[in-house]
Formats: sequence, C-alpha cells, structure tokens
Amino acid sequence: MFKREYAGQSARWIVICFAVLFAAACAQTKPDGLSSNVKPGTGQDFVVNVGDRVFFEEDQSVLNSQGQATLANQAKWLNRYSQYTITVEGHADERGTRQYNIALGARRAQAARDYLVGQGVSASRIKTISYGKERPVAVCNDNSCWSQNRRAVTVLNNATN
Amino acid sequence: MRGMLKRLSDLVGHKVPGLALVAAVLMTLAPQPASALVEIDITQGNIEPLPIALPSFSADGGDSKLAADMTSIIAADLKRSGLFNPLDPASFIQKNMSVNSTPRFGDWRQISAQALVTGTVIKQPDGRLRAEFRLWDVFAAEQMLGQQFYTTPENWRRLAHIIADAIYERLTGEKGYFDTRIVYVDETGPKDKRIKRLAIMDQDGANVRYLTRGDDLVLTPRFSPTSQEITYMSYGGADPSVYLLNIETGQREIVGNFPGMTFAPRFSPDGQNVIMSLQQGGNANIFQMDLRSRRTTRLTNTAAIDTSPSYSPDGRRIVFESDRGGTQQLYVMGANGGNAQRISFGPGRYSTPVWSPRGDLIAFTKQHQGRFMIGVMRPDGKGERILTEGYHNEGPAWSPNGRVLVFFRDTPGANGGPQVWTVDLTGYNELRLDTPAFASDPSWSPLID
Repeated sequence: MFKREYAGQSARWIVICFAVLFAAACAQTKPDGLSSNVKPGTGQDFVVNVGDRVFFEEDQSVLNSQGQATLANQAKWLNRYSQYTITVEGHADERGTRQYNIALGARRAQAARDYLVGQGVSASRIKTISYGKERPVAVCNDNSCWSQNRRAVTVLNNATN
Repeated sequence: MRGMLKRLSDLVGHKVPGLALVAAVLMTLAPQPASALVEIDITQGNIEPLPIALPSFSADGGDSKLAADMTSIIAADLKRSGLFNPLDPASFIQKNMSVNSTPRFGDWRQISAQALVTGTVIKQPDGRLRAEFRLWDVFAAEQMLGQQFYTTPENWRRLAHIIADAIYERLTGEKGYFDTRIVYVDETGPKDKRIKRLAIMDQDGANVRYLTRGDDLVLTPRFSPTSQEITYMSYGGADPSVYLLNIETGQREIVGNFPGMTFAPRFSPDGQNVIMSLQQGGNANIFQMDLRSRRTTRLTNTAAIDTSPSYSPDGRRIVFESDRGGTQQLYVMGANGGNAQRISFGPGRYSTPVWSPRGDLIAFTKQHQGRFMIGVMRPDGKGERILTEGYHNEGPAWSPNGRVLVFFRDTPGANGGPQVWTVDLTGYNELRLDTPAFASDPSWSPLID
C-alpha cells in the first residue's frame, strides 16, 4: 500500500522532468527571450519564458543577481497563476561528499524558497527537497558541467502543458 | 585418531547462528617442541607478507573440486589481506597431503614456506560437510592450530572464510574479517539518470544479492553491529528519510517521525540507537533515536551543516562533520551532545568521519586542491595519515577488526562511475573489489559469530 502511493508520485515527477528538459532545450534556441507559441500559464510557459532554475557558486548557497532576477520573475508568474504549488529542488555538483551535498542542496533550495516567499509567494505553496549530487543534468568532467549542476530548480507540482 | 576427533567435536563443538556449524579443536599430531617461530607482527608499518603453503584440501575420493575451490578461497582471503604470500602450488615438493599425517617439513622449508595448511573436506552420509584443517609452523615443525567443522553444503564458502579467519587470527594475534559481508549501493544506468539499489555481497565480492529494486533512490546503507539490519536513506516517501531494513525478512520501516528530511544514519555500537542528520531549513543538525523507546534526542543545535555522525566503539563519544567554522571539519562531542571540539586542522576540508572499531583511529574523506583522499587520524586529531588520494575517493568504512578500510573511488565524465576499493592501514595494499556494476557507499558487517 505504502509503496504504491509513492510509486505514483515518482512516475509523475519523471514526466515533469522530461518536459522540463525538452522545454529547456527549446529555450536555448530562442535567444530573443519570450516564446510566443507557448500557451501562457502552462508549465512550458514557466520553464521557457520565466526560467525554472538558478545557479550557485561552488559550496555556496548565496543567490547572485541573475538568480535573484529569475526568482523574482518566478514569483511574479506564480503570483499570477496561483493554482500551482511548487517543489524547489536543490542540487549540488559531484565534487563534494555525499552527505554534505545533500545538506548543501537543501540549503540552496531553502535560499530559493526564502526569496520566493519574500516576493509574495505563499510558503504553504512551496515544498523543498534536496537531491545532493544524485541528479546531475550535465555529466562532463569540468566546471562547465559542474556549474550547471549547482542549482535550485522550481518544479510545478500540478502543471499541464 | 578419528575416534579422538569425533569425541572432541562432541565436547568442543559450538553453533554459529543460522549456520548450524560445529567447530572442534583437533589434537596435535607432532610432538610439542618449543614455542612457535611463525608469527606476523602487524604493528609495523611495512609488512613482508608471510610465505604460506596451502596445498589443495583432500576430498578422500569425494568432491575434489569443492575441496580445491575452498582452498582457493582461503588462499585468496589471506593474500588480499596483504599479510600473507600464498606460494605457487606448482613449487610444492610433497604432494597429496593428508590432514592426518605429519608433513615432511624439510620439503616445505626447501620452498621457503613458513606456514603450511593441510585440510580435508568430505561430505558425510547425512549430507553435511565435514572439514578439518591443520596449520603448521614449518620451521618449528609443529602444529599451531587444528580445527574441525560440520555444516550444510551450501555454506561451503562461509566455511572457507571461517578457516581463513582462524589462520589469520592464529598468525597475527588479531581477529580476522573474512567471514563478513559488505552492503553497498549498486549503480546502473546513465550518470544523469542513475538507478541505485541496495546490494550485499561477501567481503570477497561473491554472492551479490540485491535488497531493493531500484524504484527509489537509496543512499548510505550502514550495518547494524548487532543484528541483520541495515539503516539507510531512501527517497521512497514524502520526504527523503532514514529507514531500517531487515536483510533476512525484507521488512523495512522508517526511523522516527521527523518533520523533514533525515539522512546520514549510523547505528550505535550496541545497535540500540540510530544517529542521523535532520534537515531544518538551511541547517542540518544531529539527532539520536532510541529504537526501543522511539524517543528522539537532539544532539546539536547550530546554524550549520552537522552531519555524518559516528559513535566511538564504547558509545561515549560521537565524531561528526560540520561547516560551523566555515568549511567542513571534524568535531568530537559526547554521546549526549554538548560541547564539540574540533579535531581536524590540516589544509582542506574533512568529512565522512568514521570511528575505528578498535577506537584508536578515525577515518575520513579529505578534499584538498581538487583531490579527494582517504585518511586516518587519532581521535584527538593528531597523527594524520593519508592512505590513498586521487580524483575522487570517498566514504571510508572499517573492517570489523579495524585493519582495513573499504571506500569508493569515482571516475570522471559521462561514462565514469564509482567502484569499491579496500586499503589497509599501511596504505600499501590497495585493491578493487569486483562488482557486477558501479558500486558506492560500502559498509562492512560485523564479524559473524
């Protein structure tokens, strides 16, 4: 019983993850910013036109100005589309030890969450989770990849595309 | 002689839980001369492995392949310890050894064997295996040890490890660690979509068995020192949490009812408590849970990341890592929390401390200038020694006798992945354990007795 309940949840997460990856790839091909062929208020709109992730320096959880700008846009969007609840996922790169990186990812998720709350997003809509170094998005062996992995990703829990 | 052995086994035999294995002391065959000449001083830093001859155990017309396989396992255990040099059987002069006759010691001296093991393994009419072995001091020309065992045939590998432990203990004066297992995380699939399963294997890599199916991300399994249980972190629930898993029944349960993510669990030496980190906002603090009363106790309270706690073997102190001073460093506090003393002061970051079961050392991961090392220091932080270093070495765990560390070594890039290695306290004897796939987060079982 216990197992089944959570198996459903992880399956849903995988679907979201694929959508995010696909949309992120699309976004990179459109340097001029807003994509007009995306329906406003959808998960794709959030990922492509707002940006779902912020990045951190090595062993840091301080938001830089670019991260703050992204989160401010996220907050604006979330305040407009108040039907969504979100999970902020914190991640670390592979150049740290496992347990510490779990806590570091949590710290990053918390930093992003606190910023969103400061921008008026209700704390009750936000859940955080840390994946430590367990879920890299880039797998090469230098800082160009590691810097993409040091991230906090805002995931819409009940998104439709 | 046979009658004597049988009588002795009745007198001295004892049972190993779950094994129904009976051991007996074999009478010496040779007259007792002066004290034994063969022994290994493992207190020295650099050890010359002891030349030991292990002619294939006899099967007395029975299963000679089984007898040869058991002998090979014993020889491999001893060789991997780094303390023994099993000699090439092709060099042996005396052939077809019987466990019940005194060896021609001159033949063994001639090939520079210092110790000799003879043995036999026979299937009994009742279906059980009977194994006997004798350990001989070649230069003193005397028997050092003789034992006899009965067990069911499927325990033949364990029996070989138990014999290897007996030889190790007699020649080094310390408990062996061969009749043990290692729990670890099996890793398959691409690096950005890794599937992780809990797995368990014998300490020599044999008998790999999977404990979870890979549906949920699982990390950092740790053996109970007293029961067939492991504690580990799983992402299977609403929050990632610490769980207990009984490896015999498969039954699992969540540890405690904490308001948030729990991780980095470890048992107390008496198996009654689990200590772990609880994430609270941006901070991680260390909590203890009594498994019987279910009572939880906060042990640290800092605006920092306090994690990777590990008890001293007497259960009185806890070593952990914290970045309260700015970077990851090692601290020691009392088992009830309170004042923590920093013990690591070298350049770099220190993490994943684990207290030796002998109490004399703390092993750790150290990061410095982009390199990841495994090292040890005394509990007061003095005497730091790095045992291995490279691109990425992480997460040491002790063998139950405190002489060997098992850890994982990661390799970079998209096709890279971790593998499990061992290194002994000399730092010279570094070996990779063969696993079916990538493997990380190893933890050693206690010696089964």
